[in-house]
Amino acid sequence: MRVFTEHGLMLVGGIIVIVVALLAILAPWIAPYDPTAIHVRDILMPPSWQHWCGTDTLGRDVFSRMLFGARVSLAVGFVAVGISLIIGLILGAIAGYAGGRSDALLMRATDMVLCFPTFFLILAVIAFLEPSIWNIMIVIGLTSWMGVARLVRAEFLSLNKREFVLAAHSLGVPAIRMMWRYLLPNAMGPVLVSAVLGVAGAVLVESGLSFLGLGVQPPDPSWGNILTEGKDNIQIAWWLSLYPGLAILITVLGYNLLGEGLRDIFDPKLQ
Amino acid sequence: MRRLLGMIPLLLGITIISFGMMHLAPGEPAVVGNEFNPKVAVQDIERLRAYYGLDKPLYEQYWHWLSRLAVLDFGQSFSSDGRPVMAKITERLPVTLWINILAILLILIVAIPMGVISAVRQNSWLDRGMTVFVFIGFAIPSFWLGLLLMILLGVNLNWLPVSGLHDYNWQQMSFWDQQVDLFKHLILPVFVSAIGGLAGMSRFMRSGMLDVIRADYITTARAMGVSETNIRYRLALKNALLPIITLLGLSVPGLIGGSVIVEQLFSLPGMGLLFYEAVLSRDYPLVMGITVIGAVLTLLGNLIADLSYAWADPRIRQRGNS
Repeated sequence: MRVFTEHGLMLVGGIIVIVVALLAILAPWIAPYDPTAIHVRDILMPPSWQHWCGTDTLGRDVFSRMLFGARVSLAVGFVAVGISLIIGLILGAIAGYAGGRSDALLMRATDMVLCFPTFFLILAVIAFLEPSIWNIMIVIGLTSWMGVARLVRAEFLSLNKREFVLAAHSLGVPAIRMMWRYLLPNAMGPVLVSAVLGVAGAVLVESGLSFLGLGVQPPDPSWGNILTEGKDNIQIAWWLSLYPGLAILITVLGYNLLGEGLRDIFDPKLQ
Repeated sequence: MRRLLGMIPLLLGITIISFGMMHLAPGEPAVVGNEFNPKVAVQDIERLRAYYGLDKPLYEQYWHWLSRLAVLDFGQSFSSDGRPVMAKITERLPVTLWINILAILLILIVAIPMGVISAVRQNSWLDRGMTVFVFIGFAIPSFWLGLLLMILLGVNLNWLPVSGLHDYNWQQMSFWDQQVDLFKHLILPVFVSAIGGLAGMSRFMRSGMLDVIRADYITTARAMGVSETNIRYRLALKNALLPIITLLGLSVPGLIGGSVIVEQLFSLPGMGLLFYEAVLSRDYPLVMGITVIGAVLTLLGNLIADLSYAWADPRIRQRGNS
């Protein structure tokens, strides 16, 4: 019964993930309006049948902007996680495979970065590099690889003691092939979990940056920068605040549920 | 002491990273805002650069900055008032510290009982409800929650103020009214800062408590006839509380980083808002000063967590004495 409910939650998460991804991909075809088209006569209209989520201060349709915002959020999430995966995999693999001094050094460096207020660093870097979607992806990726590195290291260390790895070692399999062929595939489960959860984290950070005006720049839509307008018009236009945040919440929730579900599958002892 | 020494390379690393990033980035403070101004001649810009030391090679600028950093001199802000960075930070720091300390207290007061109840009544409706809360707490963008609460409690119901620390007539209030006013202004920011930590901590507490309850020594205690209340609230709770200390230390960077968003949202005159303004105006000395202070605060938080862990765990305490 318990197993059933857990997998049920994961299913909900998976469905959310797929639906949001589809909406993002199909945005140009399903969006009822041009997300950047300004309609001076329709400024700040509350939600209605014409404009499901209302319009903003320039009369742009919020629902259409949110659909295109989903593209931004997911793109940032995936690319940032991709970057962090590459860094984390390489560093973790070196530390876990080589062991000894290089392991100690790398893990110490990882711990150091881990206890640094990364949001400060991200903000400073973004502001000084000019805010753009590419810079956001890179900076988020560069500041979120620590979890993956630790995971991969731990997996490699434990795999290194297993018979099939020892056997491969004694057959003289070279290091790179060893990692690629024998160690990495067996460490993929936890890495996948942390990647899925990482997308959720990156989406949250991106929305926070855009909310501060240091992320995706208007007129390009993003969930975070619609919320900035919501804050500026807090007294009169609640819909500018409500819907984009709900989109963030649902998306992040979806990835979290999926990630947690996958974790339970890959690591039954956590039950 | 060994841990204190271990922090020095980290601090150095942070200063190098932040210094390098900012100086390699395009846009110079002496040029920004002046490039299209016909009244500012090229010579003036050169003079400005020389005045701020921007004409020297990078490593020299860094060394200069670092050597003064050692005596807590962060230089002067680039902003028009030109005040020392340290003075600007110290006047803003208390607000940020208070909000974060209150947020941590709120997290502890609420999350520990929540986690314990959830664990003791595992799979009850209460437990399910709390699990839902935890998942939403993880996924909710704190600034959005803040916005919604501002709209609901501030704009629609008019119960709580939505920005700043004081009402406009703060000066005329009696002492007690001032405290009440301050408290009302702090409720939303503290709650919004705490929400993520609340979710994480209660979940952690729940799984920690579940682990402990299943441990052999608890079974032994039960077999020996120790009452269930005693088992739960004295034996198990104590042991489940230990990891909380570590988690608390780990949550400090998030809280400090989050203060930028919370303070910007509620227009609170704290260090986070100062940082935001400094970033927007490319005030290098101020940005670097706050980055360093933020890192120091985080390290202090971790140090306190480590020390209290050592103090709370008899095994480590013993080793320290011998």
